[in-house]
Amino acid sequence: MAKLDKDSLGNTFFIAIFLCLVCSVIVSGMAVALKPIQKLNKELDQKKNILRAAGLLASNATESDDGKTIEQLFAEFTVRAVDLDTGEYVDGVDLQAYDPIKAAGDATRSISLSSDEDIATLRRRENVSLVYIKTNGAGVEKLVIPVRGYGLWGTLYGYLALDGDLSTISGLGFYSHKETPGLGGEVDNPKWKKRWQGVRLYDDLGDPSVRLVKQRSPSNSSAASYEVDALSGATFTTRGVENLVNFWSGELGFGPYIQKLKINGVAQG
Amino acid sequence: MASQKEVLIDPIFNNNPIALQVLGICSALAVTINMSTTLVMCIAVIFVTTMSNLAVSLVRNRVPTNIRIIVQMTIISSLVIVVDQVLQAVAYDISKSLSVFVGLIITNCIVMGRAEAFAMQNGPWLSALDGFGNAVGYSVILIGVALIREPLGSGTLMGFEIIPTVANGGWYVPNGLLLLAPSAFFIIGLFIWAIRAWKTDQVEAPEYEIAPNAQYKEAI
Repeated sequence: MAKLDKDSLGNTFFIAIFLCLVCSVIVSGMAVALKPIQKLNKELDQKKNILRAAGLLASNATESDDGKTIEQLFAEFTVRAVDLDTGEYVDGVDLQAYDPIKAAGDATRSISLSSDEDIATLRRRENVSLVYIKTNGAGVEKLVIPVRGYGLWGTLYGYLALDGDLSTISGLGFYSHKETPGLGGEVDNPKWKKRWQGVRLYDDLGDPSVRLVKQRSPSNSSAASYEVDALSGATFTTRGVENLVNFWSGELGFGPYIQKLKINGVAQG
Repeated sequence: MASQKEVLIDPIFNNNPIALQVLGICSALAVTINMSTTLVMCIAVIFVTTMSNLAVSLVRNRVPTNIRIIVQMTIISSLVIVVDQVLQAVAYDISKSLSVFVGLIITNCIVMGRAEAFAMQNGPWLSALDGFGNAVGYSVILIGVALIREPLGSGTLMGFEIIPTVANGGWYVPNGLLLLAPSAFFIIGLFIWAIRAWKTDQVEAPEYEIAPNAQYKEAI
C-alpha cells in the first residue's frame, strides 16, 4: 500500500469536510429524533410545577394520592391568556407556544418598569401572561399564576396558587432558581412551602400585603394572617420572595385580573 | 506497549487523572453536591471518553497533524451534544440540575488529554480501554467526594434522608461549607494526600530545597 501523505492539502480538506459531515449528521439526527420526547418532557415538567404549587401533587410524586396522573390532574385546569394591564382575557393566543418570559424580553410585547415599580427587579414585564384556573360547578377552586423575581444570585421562577376566594394563598413553588443550597435554596423545602397555605394575600384595602418575618406577630392579631416565617440565613432570598409575591399579585401583576375575577366569576370574560 | 490490564486498571489509583494528574477538577467541584447528579455525570464522562478515544484512534492515521486538535474537539463535542440530547429526553430532571455541566464535558481536560496523549498513538481497542479506565478513575474520585458532601452537607444520600437534619426535626446541623464548591477542593486534597501516603512513588520530588538559615557569623 502506498504511504498516504496525511499532511497534504488535499487530505486536510478531505478529513475536515468528511468529519464535519459525519458529526453534523449524527448530532442533527439525534436532535431531530429526540425532539418530540424532549418537548413532552418540558410540558410535563411545567404541568408538574403548576400542580405542585397548587398542592395537588406531592413534591416527589408523579401521581396524586387518589391515583390520578399528571395529565389527568392538569386536564382539570383551564389555561387562559390575560392582559395584565386591563385584567381582561385575550383570545387568539397560542397557549401551547406562548412564553410570557420570552415576551418580557421583547420591547413590543412588554413594558419597561421604573425602579419604584420594579420591586421584584424584573426590568421589563410582559403585557400578556397566562393563568391556570381550576373550576368546580360554583366557581373558581384554584387559580395558579406564574411569578418570578430576583433573589440573591439570580431570578427565581415559580407559581403562586390561590384558593377559590382569590385572597388566600394555597401554595407557592419555584421550579428554577440559583439560590445557595441549604440557605436560600430552602425555598424548595416542603416544610417551609407548607407554611404558605392559608396565608392571606390581600388586606382590607385590596393591596397585596404578604410579609416574610423573623418574628411572628401574636397569633390572634390580624397581622399574623399575612405573615410567613423568613428563611434563616437567607435575607436576600426572603426579601426577593416577599417582593415577587407582592409584585405579581399587585397592580402591575395579576391584581387587575384577580379583581375582575372576584366580581365577575369565571364564566364572564 | 502497555498491556490491556495496565491500561484499564492503572488510571484508577496508580495514575488517577484527578489525584495524580490533577485534571478535570472543575466538574468535580460543580456536580458533587448530590449523588444522583454525580452518577449521571460519571456515566456521561465514561461514555464520552471511551467513545472519543475509540473514534480518535480509528482516524489517527488519516488525521493531518496540523488540524488534529480541531478534529479531536469536533469528535468530542459531537459526542457531548449527543449525551446532552439523550439526557434531556430520558432524564429531564437530572439534565436540568446538571444544566451547563454536561456541555462543559467538552472542555474536561481528561477527555482531550487522553485523546491527544493516548488515542493518537494506540490502536482502537487499547484506546477505548484507556478512555474507559481514565473515566472510571475520574468517577471513583467524584463518587468519593459526593459520598462525603451529600450526607454531611444536606443529610441525604441519593435524595433519601440518612442523617435527620434539624430543619426536618432531627439532630444534625448540616455543614453548609460542604454545599459550596471550595469543600470539594479540600476533599480532593485529602484524597490526594491519602493516595500518596499509600502509594509513596506518586510523591513528587521537591523542585527546590530550602536552604538552612544563614548564620550571622561576623555580627557575633
